[in-house]
Amino acid sequence: MQHVSPIREPLVTGGKTYHDITEDVCRQVEAKPNARWAAALAVALVGLAIFIYSVYRTLWFGIGEWGLNRTVGWAWDITNFVWWVGIGHAGTLISAILLLFRQKWRTSINRAAEAMTIFAVICAAMFPVLHMGRPWLAYWVLPLPNTFGSLWVNFNSPLLWDVFAISTYFSVSLVFWYIGLIPDFATIRDRATGPIARRVYAALSFNWTGSAKAWSRYETVSLILAGLATPLVLSVHTIVSMDFATSVIPGWHTTIFPPYFVAGAIFSGFAMVLTLMIITRKTFKLEDYITLEHVESMNKVIILTGSIVGVAYITEFFIAWYSQVEYEQYAFINRATGPYWWAYWSMMTCNVITPQLFWFRKIRRSLTATFIISIFVNIGMWFERFVIIVTSLHRDYLPSSWAMFSPTIIDIGVYVGTIGLFFTLFLLFAKFFPVVNMAEVKAILKSSSGVHHHKHATMHGTEKELSTTNTHHSND
Amino acid sequence: MTKKFVLGIYDDEDVLLQAIENVRAAGTNIYDVFSPYPVHGIDDVLGIKRSRLPIVAFFCGLFGTSFALWMQIWMLGFDWPMIIGGKPHIALPAFIPVTFELTVLCAAFGMVITFFIVSRLRPSIKVNVFDKRSTDDKFVMAIEVKEGVTDLSALTGLLRSNGAIEVNQKEVIK
Repeated sequence: MQHVSPIREPLVTGGKTYHDITEDVCRQVEAKPNARWAAALAVALVGLAIFIYSVYRTLWFGIGEWGLNRTVGWAWDITNFVWWVGIGHAGTLISAILLLFRQKWRTSINRAAEAMTIFAVICAAMFPVLHMGRPWLAYWVLPLPNTFGSLWVNFNSPLLWDVFAISTYFSVSLVFWYIGLIPDFATIRDRATGPIARRVYAALSFNWTGSAKAWSRYETVSLILAGLATPLVLSVHTIVSMDFATSVIPGWHTTIFPPYFVAGAIFSGFAMVLTLMIITRKTFKLEDYITLEHVESMNKVIILTGSIVGVAYITEFFIAWYSQVEYEQYAFINRATGPYWWAYWSMMTCNVITPQLFWFRKIRRSLTATFIISIFVNIGMWFERFVIIVTSLHRDYLPSSWAMFSPTIIDIGVYVGTIGLFFTLFLLFAKFFPVVNMAEVKAILKSSSGVHHHKHATMHGTEKELSTTNTHHSND
Repeated sequence: MTKKFVLGIYDDEDVLLQAIENVRAAGTNIYDVFSPYPVHGIDDVLGIKRSRLPIVAFFCGLFGTSFALWMQIWMLGFDWPMIIGGKPHIALPAFIPVTFELTVLCAAFGMVITFFIVSRLRPSIKVNVFDKRSTDDKFVMAIEVKEGVTDLSALTGLLRSNGAIEVNQKEVIK
């Protein structure tokens, strides 16, 4: 056990016991789906249908269905790809980096955030694969022996690094998430009444018993996975940014990109976590587990990363001027005042100005304000990628080939469709999987719930013996 | 073959830790302890040695690093050398990202697969938990009963006097 200062706000409120945690989290897994959930799923399935139709059009008629042209060869697809990958950064950040920093507030949000990560990366992967035009040849990106005289892939290319980075990130996040789920599946299995539920959760729980030795190994594995996932999560968006930074396009060829993209990814990821968690805690009545303290902590991360992103925008401008490179300067002036000025200023407003409101404690702790700002950040971060990609490309070196980009209905369909895909997956997860990590919340219950603080305080005076045992075991 | 166990049920982690210490001090061998969450300090009182899984992860990671470097150097440097952007065939800085990713991938998967094997975790519909409440809110201490050796009433008394809220017996087919 570990000592937590009594002036810290409790992370679990409402005087919960271990059994209450099990009940509160298992309730929606065991209950029949309610109408609100079914309605939400129906809307998500409409989105999924749009996705399937748009993908069918893209594959059947080719990527000519998209609004790309010879000047703007990358637009919505890569914007959406980077946007989704960025959103996918919060989950692993919460579960890995916050684990290493011993931030206990991560315990009740890490499960849903990691699920979000996995689904966001699935959505992200759709875009480069579809952009290939012939996705059935997607395996060509892997270094497999082939009939072209074994012509290998180009390991010097950031696009290939992306293949390795995204697939590693996806599989390691999936494993990390699943390991955390095993003990909770065991809890559901041991409560299950129906024969099908019992068998399914028994298979999912990998025969977990919760023996001391298994827990000891589980903790070691979690810690090492966190250590591995921490540089991994930073590497993924670094490599994504290198897709741009290693090119010679003015507006892309910038050394600031890796840290700037990583900060932006965390920024957008936390915004999406907040959007989802504010709805989830309300729908599943998890207000005692995802408290205002949690929301405030996430808002603090948003204000930090949002400010880093703001400084990066300004630095880009400064460097464009300072470099004295005409093309670089034009790229940035064109961004702010050219035909896409509205996209640039939407980005600036949503990403730089709105998160600064979180300096006010009242706004940081207001659910309505947080929800609205988190939506703004999601929109702003989409525009950031759009601005970087489209404004840098649409006016290239030859004014004769300058062009504008406008999305087709299929472009919009694929994008809206991935949102449908994402919410379909998330709603299924929220219904059938425990949305809060029960085992980890139980582990912090004694040190971080309001009830035990009082108990602890009275114990100190009366039972000396017990408190010495506590300090003896404080090897957390 | 059936084995008989005495199960001490606890509902508080601090009481449990103290009980483990006292039971072991009394010379009783604890078969295993089951808990709904990782109890800190239980490794020390139960005498569980530190897991060697980090070593597995290290060597799997080392394999990933060497494999990735060998693959890239052999493919682009020897098997089919190509001039890309006028750079050397073996452009080590450009190989760092893939090497890093494969290191992480091999370390993570090697360690997790080993964890599943050594902890005997695999999908199975047969479940053998001693007490179903141990995945909910109770801590279960299991002590194996050796016919003719174990004094059941003394053992029950020992567990009770150390804070067990219940003492049960269970036979398990091993």
